[in-house]
Amino acid sequence: MPRALPYLLLLPATLFLVVFFLYPFVNVAWDSVTRGGEMTLANYQRMASHWKFPTAFWNTLLLAGIVVPIQLAMALTMASIVTKLQKGRSTLLYIFAIPLGISDLAAGLIWLAIFEQSGFLNSMLYGLGVIERPILFLSYQNTWVILLAIVLAEVWRATAIMMVILVAGMGLIPKEYGEAAEVFGASRWQRFTRVTLPMLKPSLQTALILRVILAFEVFAVVVALGGTQFPVLMSETYQWQFTMQDRGVAAAYAMVILGISVAFTLVILRLLHVPKEARI
Amino acid sequence: MTEAGTQDAPPAPDRVRRSGRWVFVTGVGLLVAWVLVPIWLLLANALSAPAEVTAFPRSIIPSFDTASLEFFFGFRGVLDALWNSIQVASVTMIVAIGLGAPAGYALSRFDFPGKEAFRFLVIMTRAFPLPLLALPLAVMFIRTGLDDTILGLALVHATLALPFAVLITFSLFSGIPVELEEAAWTLGCTRLQAVIKVVLPLAAPGIAASAVFAFVISWNEVFAAAVLTIENRTLTAFLLQSLDVSPLHLKFAGGAALVIPALLFIFAVRKYLFAMWGIANR
Repeated sequence: MPRALPYLLLLPATLFLVVFFLYPFVNVAWDSVTRGGEMTLANYQRMASHWKFPTAFWNTLLLAGIVVPIQLAMALTMASIVTKLQKGRSTLLYIFAIPLGISDLAAGLIWLAIFEQSGFLNSMLYGLGVIERPILFLSYQNTWVILLAIVLAEVWRATAIMMVILVAGMGLIPKEYGEAAEVFGASRWQRFTRVTLPMLKPSLQTALILRVILAFEVFAVVVALGGTQFPVLMSETYQWQFTMQDRGVAAAYAMVILGISVAFTLVILRLLHVPKEARI
Repeated sequence: MTEAGTQDAPPAPDRVRRSGRWVFVTGVGLLVAWVLVPIWLLLANALSAPAEVTAFPRSIIPSFDTASLEFFFGFRGVLDALWNSIQVASVTMIVAIGLGAPAGYALSRFDFPGKEAFRFLVIMTRAFPLPLLALPLAVMFIRTGLDDTILGLALVHATLALPFAVLITFSLFSGIPVELEEAAWTLGCTRLQAVIKVVLPLAAPGIAASAVFAFVISWNEVFAAAVLTIENRTLTAFLLQSLDVSPLHLKFAGGAALVIPALLFIFAVRKYLFAMWGIANR
């Protein structure tokens, strides 16, 4: 009995993950290569030949490419500040962590309140005398403003996840390393780049993987701010599944998102590889 | 938690140090404003009358008029959506903790073949875009009659929350010395009694925090909710699908209704934020 106990305890969770995680992913892969019960690449052809696919694909990559580096820099700054503080540390940490609990849809609506035509940005510019009448920021003529609004909303919403992981990681770095570097005359910046960053690699790896995958899943923020004017992979998946009722193409989109997620995970794992013996 | 190696630099001239301190304080102030001001703006909109929300220019001070909120809560389908959200999130919480806590306990107390395989399965869920699960599950649910139900959506949300529940409870149980349990055994407790009488009371606050966390994950989820529910929409699905047609004051009141509970929940579990995300490092 005692020998079987751990397996019995793991069984429910394992079964659950097999039924609701592994099986559906096999299923969606299968759906993407079949149409009417036959093996075919028609779904992928249909997806790729639709005019919105390249736009959605590049928009998604562009967003991730802009958002993630900004978030990395901000999360590192915030984590360094929190780690350095002795007073008011937990208050500041709570404030920085607030967006962690906010839905991406709510974050989209928050930034809509700022960017819409009678919103706070227009009001402020008007108050400062920069403009005479409100500008329609979020229109198809201003795709780059939509992009900017989405970038701001994403940076605002999802930097907290990286920050918390990095704060925890910085806590694991023994103080002595930094002190030793200081004895040898390393400046603050040198200590950050030569001691903190390399020691932080495992946390950086986790934070980046989590964040990049979430960036490819961007959906509600984009829909709230851009409607259908700024297609991304996830919103197209939704359109094909829901509006066009074509599960095959939706599944093909899902495989594309899955593919770039796995590819980037592998790249990050490789770039930030830490040999087992070198871990703290 | 130890401090990282960022101690004050060797004595610098006073002026330099003071200006450095000034830069530091300003930076912290800006970052705090960056997080808080947008939330304030949303709440300012939700607490203004509908006519004020569309008026131009907008004041950043709300008139504390509840007409927008009353309109929102009186809007057809909103109360149902709210109730659906609460139900889905509660079921998600129960499933995630009910399945996750035993697994976390097993990982923390036993060494057995297959342990690494299980951990790998749990960690692997993080490398996959989980909301996409809603697509194949939509078909599976139609076959089993789970389509458009509270339970069906809760099962998908539980897939999102379960890995966290496992990892969090694992670190919670690892923090409780096994000697306490052994002492209970020598005093005549069975394994189960020892867990119920000794371990659970100690782990209760942490388990409650991870339950709240599971609740928030479900409360906030948009994509799967929008794909899997039609009649029984949750609040996020309702708001998303009425984005094109709803007036601004409805959107902002809805946004506030989503944000405020989440803020309270995060405040309640703030002590455990680290346990939740910090362990993501191992």
